[in-house]
Amino acid sequence: MYDFQYHRPASLADAAKLLQSAGDDGKLMAGGQTLIPTLKQRLAQPSAVIDLGGIKDLAGIKVDGNAVMIGALTTHSTVASSKDVAGKIKALAQLAEGIGDRQVRHCGTIGGSIANNDPAADYPAAVLALNATITTNQRKIAADEFFKGLFETALKPGEIITSVSFPVPEKAAYVKFPNPASRYAIVGVFVARFGSGGTGGGVRVAVTGAGQGGVFRAHKIEEALSKNFSAKAIEGLHPPASSLNGDIHASAEYRSHLIGVMAKRAVAAAG
Amino acid sequence: MPTVNLTVNGKAVSANVEARTLLVNLIREQLGLTGTHVGCDTSQCGACVVHVDGKSVKACTMLAVQANGSKVTTIEGLANGDKLHPMQEAFREHHGLQCGFCTPGMVMSAVCLAKGHPNLTEKEVREGLEGNICRCTGYHNIVQAVLAGAKAMGG
Ligand SMILES: Cc1cc2nc3c(=O)[nH]c(=O)nc-3n(C[C@H](O)[C@H](O)[C@H](O)COP(=O)(O)OP(=O)(O)OC[C@H]3O[C@@H](n4cnc5c(N)ncnc54)[C@H](O)[C@@H]3O)c2cc1C
Ligand code: FES
Ligand code: FES
Repeated sequence: MYDFQYHRPASLADAAKLLQSAGDDGKLMAGGQTLIPTLKQRLAQPSAVIDLGGIKDLAGIKVDGNAVMIGALTTHSTVASSKDVAGKIKALAQLAEGIGDRQVRHCGTIGGSIANNDPAADYPAAVLALNATITTNQRKIAADEFFKGLFETALKPGEIITSVSFPVPEKAAYVKFPNPASRYAIVGVFVARFGSGGTGGGVRVAVTGAGQGGVFRAHKIEEALSKNFSAKAIEGLHPPASSLNGDIHASAEYRSHLIGVMAKRAVAAAG
Repeated sequence: MPTVNLTVNGKAVSANVEARTLLVNLIREQLGLTGTHVGCDTSQCGACVVHVDGKSVKACTMLAVQANGSKVTTIEGLANGDKLHPMQEAFREHHGLQCGFCTPGMVMSAVCLAKGHPNLTEKEVREGLEGNICRCTGYHNIVQAVLAGAKAMGG
């Protein structure tokens, strides 16, 4: 690992200033569970690392009317064990519990996961399917506008995620087929239904692990589920292999098949 | 060079480190506590697990400077003099190791997992140890050891 300047600001305003003055070479750090492995492999060489860990008010969970707001620095293990999250959006607590392993969950954060937008990460599926809103130190960004491609987001240089607000669905479930070594998703499908009997917008389905451009919405499955929320209704509607990613872990054809299976399981689990 | 102040196994420690120094390197190379192992460079094996403020973390995936002000417990800090910690004793009793390389990390993960949960199930133990890899045992005896160790700890 190359050396760098280390900063641990105590406020969001100080973090933003430090990030700005570091220019292109500055890197934010939250839980470090992605950044540190990247630095160890010398895949990044920041001149400055700005550790958000000292900004206490970035961590925490609040139920706010019909939404659950999760601070950017909240760890996966805190989300997994939160009674508020379990009570309002059980699928989200279960998703957090399925990330990596206990040690990764004790450190890794929702803000870091979403900012990183790994195409096999779990949280992006929840953010997209639940139509969450991402709040930064500069603005609010809708989920549909946030994920821009592999490891790419709408975040601008200098922008810091402060929280993610998830609308509470009527029903939801997340089912993933994990890579047995890393627990990252080979395919993960998040299904959420809002309101009852709505047309089109009532059901949102997001797929992670499989897309050539990262997480995406499965519109055909959404349409079918809005008319008839049952596993039978989506038989054969999984996206074709030509639009999917294939690698040493799974071929595009296998991923296409898995999307169908995971989607049906998610619908069944959502009840 | 940044200075870090920590409590390691109950003793106050102060050390100068580079910003890039990993917690595991501080522990092994500067403090000489070589019970904490390094088994990979991809944050996957769990040989390096220690407790930071009571929670199990991978010491190879945390900067030493991040742990400034924290209480760190390593495998050397578990036993009480010659008396092994109940989880260590359970690993010995149930033959939960062969070469022993993964053992410090396994024990540290297991102690954190078992805290407050004396009646863990086999499924919970297997899921709780997903971040610890053992190339020798096939895990069976490790799981038996952790189930017994959790009972012996009594929560
Ligand atoms: C062994 C292992 C297994 C894993 N398995 C899974 C898995 O199964 N599923 C899964 O989804 N993930 C998995 N992960 C990744 C894990 O969830 C990471 O914690 C997460 O992706 C990054 O979060 P972090 O807080 O550690 O971020 P960091 O590593 O600190 O940062 C990641 C990136 O986000 C940026 N960033 C961090 N916080 C902010 C912010 N508030 N605003 C703007 N930018 C920010 C950083 O600059 C950096 O570029 C795994 C990791 C490991 C090491
Ligand atoms: S040395 Fe392998 S996870 Fe830390
Ligand atoms: S006992 Fe040899 S690696 Fe686990």
